[in-house]
Amino acid sequence: MSDVMPLVHAVNVHKSFYGVEVLKGIDIDVAAGEVICLLGPSGSGKTTFLRCINQLETIQGGRIWIDGELAGYEEKGGRLHRLNDKRIAAQRREIGMVFQRFNLFPHKTALANIMEAPVHVAGTGKAEAEKRGRELLERVGLGERCDAYPAQLSGGQQQRVAIARALAMDPKLMLFDEPTSALDPELVGEVLAVMRELAAAGMTMIVVTHEMGFAREVADRVVFMDGGVVVEQGPPEDVINNPQHERTQAFLSRIKEETEEHAAALKERVAAEEL
Amino acid sequence: MSSAAAPEDTGPTPPSGAQAERPGTIDAVPVRHPWRWVTIAVILALIFLLVRLLLTNDAFNWSFVWQAMVQSPVLNGLMLGTLLGTVGAMVIGITFGIALAVMRLSDNPVLSGVAWIYTWFFRAIPRLVLLTIMGALGVLFPDGLNLIPFGNDLAHLFGADHLGFATIDANRVFVGVLGGIIGLGLSEAAYMAEIARAGILSVDPGQREAACALGMSNGKAMRRIVLPQAMRVIVPPTGNETIAMTKDTSLLIAIPVTTELFFQLSSIGSRTYQTFPVLVAAVLWYLVVCSVLMVVQSRLEAYFGRGFGTSAPDEGFRTRMLSMIGGSK
Ligand SMILES: Nc1ncnc2c1ncn2[C@@H]1O[C@H](COP(=O)(O)OP(=O)(O)O)[C@@H](O)[C@H]1O
Ligand SMILES: [Mg+2]
Repeated sequence: MSDVMPLVHAVNVHKSFYGVEVLKGIDIDVAAGEVICLLGPSGSGKTTFLRCINQLETIQGGRIWIDGELAGYEEKGGRLHRLNDKRIAAQRREIGMVFQRFNLFPHKTALANIMEAPVHVAGTGKAEAEKRGRELLERVGLGERCDAYPAQLSGGQQQRVAIARALAMDPKLMLFDEPTSALDPELVGEVLAVMRELAAAGMTMIVVTHEMGFAREVADRVVFMDGGVVVEQGPPEDVINNPQHERTQAFLSRIKEETEEHAAALKERVAAEEL
Repeated sequence: MSSAAAPEDTGPTPPSGAQAERPGTIDAVPVRHPWRWVTIAVILALIFLLVRLLLTNDAFNWSFVWQAMVQSPVLNGLMLGTLLGTVGAMVIGITFGIALAVMRLSDNPVLSGVAWIYTWFFRAIPRLVLLTIMGALGVLFPDGLNLIPFGNDLAHLFGADHLGFATIDANRVFVGVLGGIIGLGLSEAAYMAEIARAGILSVDPGQREAACALGMSNGKAMRRIVLPQAMRVIVPPTGNETIAMTKDTSLLIAIPVTTELFFQLSSIGSRTYQTFPVLVAAVLWYLVVCSVLMVVQSRLEAYFGRGFGTSAPDEGFRTRMLSMIGGSK
């Protein structure tokens, strides 16, 4: 192993809620520029792990380093000292997060959503932030909708604004928690296209998803989690096409069925609309 | 239905005839509401009785009502005791109330306990009693109030009694409109704390998380993201509170503060024996003030509601009246 730390270096991460252990010792490394897809059945701890990475949850065991810096603590005189609110906020600035339910600020327009953090967290000037915000909206294909409020946008458009909002802080790492699973099937593609473009541009990404096509095509590595542990990981063609572990096989065949059902339903709907 | 069906077979056939038209604009007879006409008749009869009473009963003495309303002591009372009192008390109440709500919701058990005790204490005390106490508080500080807390105690400790930090006369603070504003404001804060707490809790926790994920501190996320959205829920009951406060300024006499609308009008009434007309004058002024407040409230609601739901305006009163009597078209 080289002495250069990967961008994300998570070691033996433990997390419990009210005494129930949800993460039971997760080890995951993500190199700069790498895209990994986190797969696993519902309740396996994927969301919780993402939230631990940007400290929306505090962990009870293990360590997470982001770009060589220990998350949430400082080591002084052989003891860990908890960082204060301000310094944790500063660490989160380096990490963009995209939520399943978008979580756009409903009282602000698309452009104002994107400008919010650069202006009020990073201290960028308004004019510069606005210029950058318009560029970002252009990049996610929404250059025309700067002044729309989230409620006036479709789910797919909202999620693209949310991605642009996270990018506005120039994060080193982007976390995606099932970014397309709250969307109507016909809107999934536009969001995945933006993420694909982002991956191609070299962004480091951890993506929780059930979109196998995306994982196969975009991920450098696929990590399969179940019951709060990493069951297996490797290149997508190995893990998805030729899973070694029984639990991975069961999960993938269930997902395959569901995807086929979805596709059939979508086809029927499109056919019905064309009539 | 099977898609193999022949094209002629398309369900129930429309009225025969080659040039049978396709159904067009709907021009239906609306549902009739006979009971609405009965209620309208009853209400009109009651309005007639009321108007006749207002116009023909001499006890109203309308010309005296108009005169009393614009007497300069009355106008002073309106401006100082009633309006300034309301605004001042609400500013204190809203500011402290939001602070108390944030304290109440904080992880810090001391802060949340203090907020709870505050609310418990001030909600228990009737405003009339509280204002009477405010007026009497001067008794507790015969030597005046220290402008710098502990200043004189510290001076005493270091044997420097001669320093004598500045003090002010306690009665100047507690008596008069200022005392009333403080008293009503502190009481209001207890109610506003509950309203603000409900407002903050109504905001999706995902909003705070999204703000934190962007690198905002908890305080900034509260100020910039959560509170502006909570305002949507906070404003309507705050409008109620403000209107209630306008009326509660008539309790200022307990301090006693006499530059207040109702006291001034009723003293004109007792001087002139025109007791009823001055009451009517008071009612009219309170109606005016509350109407203005309602306009302000609806503006605020529109402002804080931006981005939520449709922005289509509520259908107008006229449209609804017309549709009620079945004549909408
Ligand atoms: N805030 C919480 N409080 C209590 N239990 C939680 C909380 N968040 C998640 N859990 C539990 O942790 C487990 C893992 O959840 P999650 O990380 O959301 O799984 P996934 O994203 O893989 O579906 C679930 O059993 C869930 O009920
Ligand atoms: Mg999840």
